[in-house]
Amino acid sequence: MQSAKAFDVKHYPGFLGVTVLCLFILYTPLIVVMVYSFNDSLSITRWGGFSLRWYVEVFNGVESAKFKSAAWNSLTIALAAGITSTMIAVAAAIGMVRGGQFAGKSVSFALLSMPIMVPEIVTAVATLVFFSAIGFTLGYGSIVVAHIVFCIPFAYLPIAARLQGIESSFEEAAQDLYASRWQAFRHVLLPIMAPGILSGFLLAFIISLDDFIITNFIKGAGVETLPTAIFGAVRQGIKPNIMALSTLMLLFSIAIVTASYLIGRKGGGSGRGEE
Amino acid sequence: MAGTIGGRTVSSTYAPVRGWLLLPSWAVIGVFLLLPMLLMLVYSFLTKEFRGGVIWEFSLAAYDQFIFDRGLFGDEAPSIEWTYITIFVRSIVQALLATVLCLLIGFPTAYYVATRPARTRALWLFLITIPYWVNLLIRTVSMKFLIRDNGPFNEALLGLGLIDAPFQLVNTNLAVQLGLFYSYLPFMVLPIYASMERYNASLSEAAADLYATRWQILRRVIIPVIKPGIVAGCILVFVPSLGAFLAPDLLGGAKTFMIGSLIEEQFKGNAGNWPFGAAASMILLSMVLVVLMLYARSQAKEL
Repeated sequence: MQSAKAFDVKHYPGFLGVTVLCLFILYTPLIVVMVYSFNDSLSITRWGGFSLRWYVEVFNGVESAKFKSAAWNSLTIALAAGITSTMIAVAAAIGMVRGGQFAGKSVSFALLSMPIMVPEIVTAVATLVFFSAIGFTLGYGSIVVAHIVFCIPFAYLPIAARLQGIESSFEEAAQDLYASRWQAFRHVLLPIMAPGILSGFLLAFIISLDDFIITNFIKGAGVETLPTAIFGAVRQGIKPNIMALSTLMLLFSIAIVTASYLIGRKGGGSGRGEE
Repeated sequence: MAGTIGGRTVSSTYAPVRGWLLLPSWAVIGVFLLLPMLLMLVYSFLTKEFRGGVIWEFSLAAYDQFIFDRGLFGDEAPSIEWTYITIFVRSIVQALLATVLCLLIGFPTAYYVATRPARTRALWLFLITIPYWVNLLIRTVSMKFLIRDNGPFNEALLGLGLIDAPFQLVNTNLAVQLGLFYSYLPFMVLPIYASMERYNASLSEAAADLYATRWQILRRVIIPVIKPGIVAGCILVFVPSLGAFLAPDLLGGAKTFMIGSLIEEQFKGNAGNWPFGAAASMILLSMVLVVLMLYARSQAKEL
């Protein structure tokens, strides 16, 4: 009889190799662009030594005014859409998770996840068609509205996941001690939910910040966000200043994700991919 | 689903105000997404106005145009129009291929990461999550930069003496495929990882005790158990690949058109046929719905 197993059942030969390959594939293009953004040479493929000139150009070059206004639009839109969609998502999560069983629950969930399920290009053109049918002027306002809709499920999922892990006995105890429903929410549930809400907000914020397709359709004339400005610029070829700008955006995204990750870990784990 | 399966009691502390809590989300999504989708459905049955817009007159022309060519003035005998059928078939093939490739790389990765000790596992997972959150446009542009005719990839191959002339990738279906695969790879890893993390390793031990080989364990035990995660990953790659716009637009050309590019062209480009674009959107949406319904059915069967 075989007493000890002949092999480690968890181990599969080659899986480490594939994992390394996976990370190599995911990171190579990003690292290459980062490296070349520091390239002194005008010809973007030859290496001409280390330089920060393209970063200087992003901030002081001919196109810097365009980039600055695009960055401002991106940030303010992402803040407005992130905050609004998070508030809507918090209310929806409490209604869904703490609202008991009710008839329209699965329909309600389908509606909440609709913005993720519908292909983004379809959302984009449907929104465009709708806005022009009702005579809503395309521009900053239409971008904010479309982003709020699109961000709701991204804020909802981590918040609902967090809420599911919180026992309702806390609020019930507060209400037993004569706290009103609002007081129980404000002083008991909200503080416990806070890490989930914050990570939901950060995800919504970054989704809005990164969105290109929807924004591209409904931005109207004259309003640009960073992704649409970059898309417009790469039409004429990938210039080094675009690589510098991309690197900055990349680092910003990584900073936000790291923050979200640390907050999520501290708050008992709630992130995308969980429900 | 936000559910109560598994003996958890349904909490109903906020049941009396449930309607008010759900109202904002229903209103916002209902008015600004559901209603626009219904409007698109209506538009797909209307007559086109030249240079964008519609005429409120019922017509099946938009759907007819997908399949039949009736000449410039629409009065010739119909013949099969292959242009759009080809675009749809190409989109489906590209999306399927991207799904298979992502699964081939994503499954072993998810497995490997999930079986690491807790501390290193978090780090591996973090490394895989980062590209997921980097702007898709920037990632696609980076890929284009890498594989351009005189880009670093070709320079490296030339430098190593592996090729004599730059390998032309951009504007080919291969480049679009590479872009799709690269864009959605993390979407495959994360759900499989989530399933794998809950996998009870003693099942593998038990199978090994019963003389199963490593590959038998993988095929007969692990894969069936984590199937929901695999299916979820496949859907998360297939659905966005099918309607992808950035990869075919930036990495491809006229010969690599996919559904997303076709729809975009109807609303932004010179063709400007809104009912046709609406019809293309509806066809894409119904394909996605079929996939999601199959998924819901397979999940229901599992339970």
